[in-house]
Amino acid sequence: MISVKKLVKRFGPVTVLRELDLEVSPGEFVALLGPNGAGKTTLLRILATLSKPNSGLVEVASFKLPTQAVYVREQLGVVSHLPLLYGDLSAEENLAFYSRLYNVSDSRREQVLGLVGLSARKKDLVRTYSRGMQQRLAIGRAILHSPRILLLDEPHTGLDQEAGEILDKVLREVALEGRTVIMTSHDLVRAADLASRLVVLSKGKIRTSMTRDQFESADLVSIYRGALAGGEVGK
Amino acid sequence: MRSYLNAVRAVVWKDLTAEWRTRENLTAMLVFALLTVLIFNFALELDIQAQESLSAGVLWVTFIFSGTIGLNRSMAAEKDRGCLDGLLLAPVDRSVIYFGKVIGNMIFMLLVEVIILPIYSFLFQVPVFQPGFLLVVLLGSIGYVAVGTLLATMVIQVRTRDILLPILLFPLTLPVVIAAVKASQGFLEFVPISEISTWLNLLVVYDLIFIAVAFMVFDYVVEE
Repeated sequence: MISVKKLVKRFGPVTVLRELDLEVSPGEFVALLGPNGAGKTTLLRILATLSKPNSGLVEVASFKLPTQAVYVREQLGVVSHLPLLYGDLSAEENLAFYSRLYNVSDSRREQVLGLVGLSARKKDLVRTYSRGMQQRLAIGRAILHSPRILLLDEPHTGLDQEAGEILDKVLREVALEGRTVIMTSHDLVRAADLASRLVVLSKGKIRTSMTRDQFESADLVSIYRGALAGGEVGK
Repeated sequence: MRSYLNAVRAVVWKDLTAEWRTRENLTAMLVFALLTVLIFNFALELDIQAQESLSAGVLWVTFIFSGTIGLNRSMAAEKDRGCLDGLLLAPVDRSVIYFGKVIGNMIFMLLVEVIILPIYSFLFQVPVFQPGFLLVVLLGSIGYVAVGTLLATMVIQVRTRDILLPILLFPLTLPVVIAAVKASQGFLEFVPISEISTWLNLLVVYDLIFIAVAFMVFDYVVEE
């Protein structure tokens, strides 16, 4: 579903991604872990067509990036730590706006509002929503056009425990619909709980990749630290 | 083509609906425009000759200053909650965003102009309600908004975008402002149309060129 080979991304003199390779199969839920500056968000932005690679091959849903970006965007739903929603529009109006951009029917909009549990407050302005509600609506926006791939960039940022759990529930439901999900996170426990595979990224390279049956939750921190410690890469 | 137009309409609808809720942008533009016209009127009040010869310039200074406020705020709204990324993720040609924003900004600018023109006409005692003059206002505004929307998008990622936009925009729109002032002054002084047509042609050509250029380069402008 997603294939990345020898991907390099530079911002001026700084190399953020260094010949990175990643393969993600259809239906997989991959959690991208790593310290700040590891390149997680940059990788996600390239997959989301919001940024262009300097070199390397990137294929999403069999379409090549950046040349076939418009087709890739049809297959993608993206959630970031910013909600990408208009505060002065209601939830219903926000989804109505995006459904016009994505050519989605009104009935689907109602269905999505129900799925993220916001039907009762769909007429309220988004700026009156709590952070957790905004993030649920952001997921609703991302899945509105039934994308095959969901990219989540630290979706739990700024959420309290309860809101985080509600978001987890929504994410599980979304993943159960057979979507391929890539999620960046700093929360090891949550990532291990949600994802079918953990990938640790550091200094622009993948240090380790483990499926859910290859590790014990108790060993998570030591595995993570070990991956980072063993991952020194020269400039 | 139909889905393209639907997407443009969606962007315009979104901008108008959000503005209708807050009226922040329009209010700021309108108050600024009103103050500018009043200040110039008081400043030039004692010199009737200067008032007559400068009135078209005063009008266009008012429009471009208040227009800059509108352009800045319009794009800032996209930046604040990462909404620009939301627009860029849509599976539509990115020029949809440009044309949607241009139409939205144009509507705001025209609304301000509709309110300011009668006040300006009364204060400066000039006959603005003539088709030729209104055509100049329309063409000049289109040129200004077309370039302004493109530049406002370019500077959106910059921390000092409020300052940077006018610094880039005013020199680039100098041809359209000069042509609009000359043509406006011509109509206000009832100069024969043959003497104004050069400025009108310049306005039309400027509008067409910059809309075409923006259409071609917008995808690169929004690139990271």
